[in-house]
Amino acid sequence: MQTCSSRKSRSTVCAGFTRPLTTLGGASAPQFNAAASWRLDPNVALRDEEFGALAYHYGTRRLVFLKSRDLVEIVRGLDAAPDARTAIAAVVDEASVPAYEIALARLAGSEIIRAA
Amino acid sequence: MPPEAFALRDRFKLGLEAPICLTWEITYACNLACIHCLSSSGRRDPRELSTAEAMGVIDEMAALKVFYVNIGGGEPLIRPDFFDIVDYAVDSGVGVKFSTNGTRLDKARAETLAGSDYVDIQISLDGADAATNDAVRGVGSYDTALRAMDNLAAANFGEFKISVVMTRQNIPQIDEFEALAARYGAQLRLTRLRPSGRGVDSWDELHPTTQQQRDLYQWLLDRPGVLTGDSFFHLSALGDPLEGLNLCGAGRVVCLIDPIGDVYACPFVIHEDFLAGNIRDEGGFSKVWKESELFTSLREPTSAGACASCGSYDACQGGCMAAKFFTGLPLDGPDPECVLGHGEAALSAVAVALRPGPSQDHSVRTSVRLGARA
Amino acid sequence: MAEERINVEVVVEDEAETVVSADLLVEEVSIDGMCGVY
Repeated sequence: MQTCSSRKSRSTVCAGFTRPLTTLGGASAPQFNAAASWRLDPNVALRDEEFGALAYHYGTRRLVFLKSRDLVEIVRGLDAAPDARTAIAAVVDEASVPAYEIALARLAGSEIIRAA
Repeated sequence: MPPEAFALRDRFKLGLEAPICLTWEITYACNLACIHCLSSSGRRDPRELSTAEAMGVIDEMAALKVFYVNIGGGEPLIRPDFFDIVDYAVDSGVGVKFSTNGTRLDKARAETLAGSDYVDIQISLDGADAATNDAVRGVGSYDTALRAMDNLAAANFGEFKISVVMTRQNIPQIDEFEALAARYGAQLRLTRLRPSGRGVDSWDELHPTTQQQRDLYQWLLDRPGVLTGDSFFHLSALGDPLEGLNLCGAGRVVCLIDPIGDVYACPFVIHEDFLAGNIRDEGGFSKVWKESELFTSLREPTSAGACASCGSYDACQGGCMAAKFFTGLPLDGPDPECVLGHGEAALSAVAVALRPGPSQDHSVRTSVRLGARA
Repeated sequence: MAEERINVEVVVEDEAETVVSADLLVEEVSIDGMCGVY
């Protein structure tokens, strides 16, 4: 299992505080290729909650909350799906796809999912 | 269907199926006698959990999917099975941060620890120089802490945390703490002093002044990279919220397991009024977390009480339960350090003699009287 | 046949709404960001 130790790379970890909604924007989410194949990072564990799930990256110690059960289902379905867009479309309606693409982009930026 | 908007903070107030992380004090034994020790540590308790029982706690945490545990004490490295416990935790999928005064963090142990990717270390330090630090933590403790830091650096451990409890005496040194952390490539963590454990006696002399709180708040606001353990959420009434959930996590997303298996709402309320149960009881930790009366009540929506008319209540949530309890203030009123001064007014109405003392005392010299202060 | 014209303002609004929705879906919290821990 590939490890990513947060202690050796000082840029990570506790930079990940709860951020107020106004400072998060599309501009800060990295370019996300929804036509590519993605998977949950092998260093990440998911814990289901009633509202969604908790995602914890053992290497970076980053803690990210997935705030909808649909998003959790999408993330769990990434590995088996040919690409991210398919994984999203399998769970939510057309109108919701852009929002979930950005959510996945955010998860990629937080190292919760990675290109397969 | 678009998901309904909700704030995590509001959802966490209702509690979760398992803690997000928790504090686990594995021994009351300690080689130091810090005057503000939240757990009144010093002497090992004969009822301390055995190695097997400790492994059982880890099994439960793994089953509950608690991904990260904060191990402390007393001084956790005093336990002969310390490394067995840490290794077992990591192997079971529970990441570890442990808090130490550095006393047993010699070169060999530093090297062993440097070999693990899933163990974080937090060194306690309460002064940027020996005089300030040792006044609180005892003669030689500053040197011990720095020696430990040198050992971690020599072992190429990587980034560790330096954790400071902020007092009237050390707040003027915050820039020096920052420089010290930078020198070691360490992450600085500043936390709030609560009047807990032995702290109940020294709080009046140690806790920051009103102006110091304001200065600290501004300093932290300018440095989002400095950790706080979300312990200054009562300062958020001053303006923009600080980093973190800005929420009391006690009994809702965090809790304490103490060296004899008692489960408290958080490490700062080691008192029978905040005791939820014991992991040795049938159902173990899991049952205490999910079903104890105390935690159930902490997860019920609270009213603002005496703070209802204050516009800042949403920001500060009425402050810290531990701070109120151990200064004799009602829990449904202002924090003793309320930034708007409401706590000061409330405190003047409470006789010092009526402040609760800690329920138990493992101090080497029983300088803290049990029960009500005389 | 008249070409359909896209109302640019509406498109921008949709983007902003999409971004806000995504904020509502993912929230990062520091492992040190919960009070009641050592």
